[in-house]
Amino acid sequence: MMSLFAVLIDGTIYASWLFLVAAGLTVIYGVMRILNMAHGSFYAIGAYTAASLVGWYFNNGIGPVWAGYLLMLGCALVAGLIVGLIIERGLLRFMYGRDEVLMVIITYALLLVLEDTMKMIWGVNPYFAYQPYAEMGRSALAGLKVSNYDLMLVGVSAVLGLCLWLWLERTHQGKVLRAVIHDREVAMAMGVNVRRMFTLVFVLGTMLGTLAGALTAPAISVVPGMGVEVIVLAFAVVVIGGMGSIEGAAVGALLVGLSRAAAVHYAPEFELFVIYGVMALVLAVRPQGLFGRVLARKI
Amino acid sequence: MNNSKKSMLKHPLAFAITAAGLALSLSAGVQAAENGKFRIGIVTFLSGPAAGPFGEPSANAAKVLVEGLNKGQLPAPYDKLGINGAEIEVVIIDEAGGAAKQVEEFRNLVQRQKVDAVVGYISSGDCLAIAPVAEELGAMTVFYDCGTSQLFKEDKTPQYVFRTSLDAAVDNIGAARYLAKVRPDAQKVAGIQQNYAWGQDSWNDFTHSMEQLMPKAKVVESQMPKVFQGQYGAEISAISVKRPDIIHSSFWGGDMEALVLQANARGLLEDATAVLTCGESAIDRYKDQAPNGMIIGGRGPFGAFAPDNELNRWFKDKYVAAYKTAPTYPASKMAQAILGLKHAAENAKVESGKIPTPLQIATAFKGSTFESVSGTVQMARADGHQAMQGIAYGEYQYDPANKKGSVQNVIAFSGECVTPPDGTTALEWIKAGFPGAQCN
Repeated sequence: MMSLFAVLIDGTIYASWLFLVAAGLTVIYGVMRILNMAHGSFYAIGAYTAASLVGWYFNNGIGPVWAGYLLMLGCALVAGLIVGLIIERGLLRFMYGRDEVLMVIITYALLLVLEDTMKMIWGVNPYFAYQPYAEMGRSALAGLKVSNYDLMLVGVSAVLGLCLWLWLERTHQGKVLRAVIHDREVAMAMGVNVRRMFTLVFVLGTMLGTLAGALTAPAISVVPGMGVEVIVLAFAVVVIGGMGSIEGAAVGALLVGLSRAAAVHYAPEFELFVIYGVMALVLAVRPQGLFGRVLARKI
Repeated sequence: MNNSKKSMLKHPLAFAITAAGLALSLSAGVQAAENGKFRIGIVTFLSGPAAGPFGEPSANAAKVLVEGLNKGQLPAPYDKLGINGAEIEVVIIDEAGGAAKQVEEFRNLVQRQKVDAVVGYISSGDCLAIAPVAEELGAMTVFYDCGTSQLFKEDKTPQYVFRTSLDAAVDNIGAARYLAKVRPDAQKVAGIQQNYAWGQDSWNDFTHSMEQLMPKAKVVESQMPKVFQGQYGAEISAISVKRPDIIHSSFWGGDMEALVLQANARGLLEDATAVLTCGESAIDRYKDQAPNGMIIGGRGPFGAFAPDNELNRWFKDKYVAAYKTAPTYPASKMAQAILGLKHAAENAKVESGKIPTPLQIATAFKGSTFESVSGTVQMARADGHQAMQGIAYGEYQYDPANKKGSVQNVIAFSGECVTPPDGTTALEWIKAGFPGAQCN
């Protein structure tokens, strides 16, 4: 009974983290049809920025604890804004309209460049900025001790998911975006400034990536190569949910999170396999993912 | 372009001059290698997740030590300039990229860069791939960190390959012996390891050692998450619900630090005692996020476990002065490998200032006993090619005033107590109840 409860709690916490990591990836793919391999680097940039600034803030006793959390979120969003703008304006806008496979290669090259850039800026030593994680303390839920920071992450993830959904479904800008997702050429013919939409979405996706990294940083040791590790997981979640779908990413994250937690508790030897097992199963039944649309190919 | 090609072909003299120029530029590298300096290829991780905790301290240690040796600053018996009077020149190579790439880099170091010896390798996979190539090329090679028990099982008749670090089995036998002394009443043991050969072998060696030394203790949980996973919420819960007394982990690097942070924040490390075989490598970074009393090891008498001898004092002082932090165990191990090489080269009985051949160094290295920053090292296993040393474990203590971590309640076990003898595998020796072990 205790294990079942632990599976629910652990699965939900892990799912919320997965959703944070995958949200930016799916938003960018949905609108721009770019399978962004560099998303892992955005995550790592967010983590490094937050870990270095938050570490400096707390280690030097600069100000109150709550301001440290604001700094963590603020610096990640600013880093995402700057990096997203530089990459979209400086590189990707010259590549629009190219084949999707070529875009994968371009963003992969970008990932390699960003990995080395991060090494140049932050070096190879781990960054350990634990204070936001430790300051929140822990709660006992039915005998299971859980970090309050992890519970907060569930809340942040839910709010973020809801905001993204409301923005897409309930606002004028969201409607325009959906028009672009549905048919880029028709939207353009109807007067939508698709290029501006691309800039907006890419920067938003980058900011979501850096935010995910910043929120993760206090619970881990920030080390080189961390971005490469998460990108595979994020892809799995996005593929399960249907590429380009926010609600799909949420359901995909929950499926993966709960399955993995169940495996860890009941059959640890299957833990590595279970994520990709779920993905294979979903794709066997719905090749377009749970919330993906079957698109007719234009000739 | 075509024109220049044509003109080149039309003028054999121009072609010959160009070819001669190319040959000269290629041989320049070889000449540089034969400039009377003792060239050492240092291979360690300079990028990737292992670079911060292991690679960088190792590379820093090599720089500090080589600089000291070249200035003749080390205490006796290492006060002779460089190696045998020849200045040392170092070529540092990144170990990242996998075994195939490392074999290529190794060949390049030996055949093109003409190094006199290679010191390196953290990854066991790299050591296993390099050993046969080193034997084939007759290249003097010292493995300074990798711990695989397979090394001299596969390289059965080693000639040029030496390992100055300890077999990984020693870490886990030592951990079990420490627990048998300080927590003999422990009943329930859990483990969390990275899911690859290192984690699996460590857990295997540890659990079998526990069966021998603490037969009443039972394994209640074993978790093997993917390496570099970073998030261990579910694993911590799965271990928590089994209420273990002891949690063993061979985690290293960022994974280890994340596990300690997350498990401590959730109270697991208050309810159970963690035993981290690689724990010493983050002693300066845990701060108050690791509980006092957490048991840590340094994979031998290295880092915080190194003895207070003259050689280690010199090394620590120079290292701290250069890098503002104390040397952790990977740094001590790198220093040990270079000192072993220097000792062998200077006992190869060649004229002072001359560089001995790999065979001469290997002959002197085999079965030697030398002084190191970690005390006395005996090349007493694998027919004189594998170091035998003791191992120590202790409890982490944090001093909030100085913001420094240290080790307390240190217990050291002699090499004869924790090292499997030649002719048997570590697991066979453990399962047989450590026959012939001489413990203090």
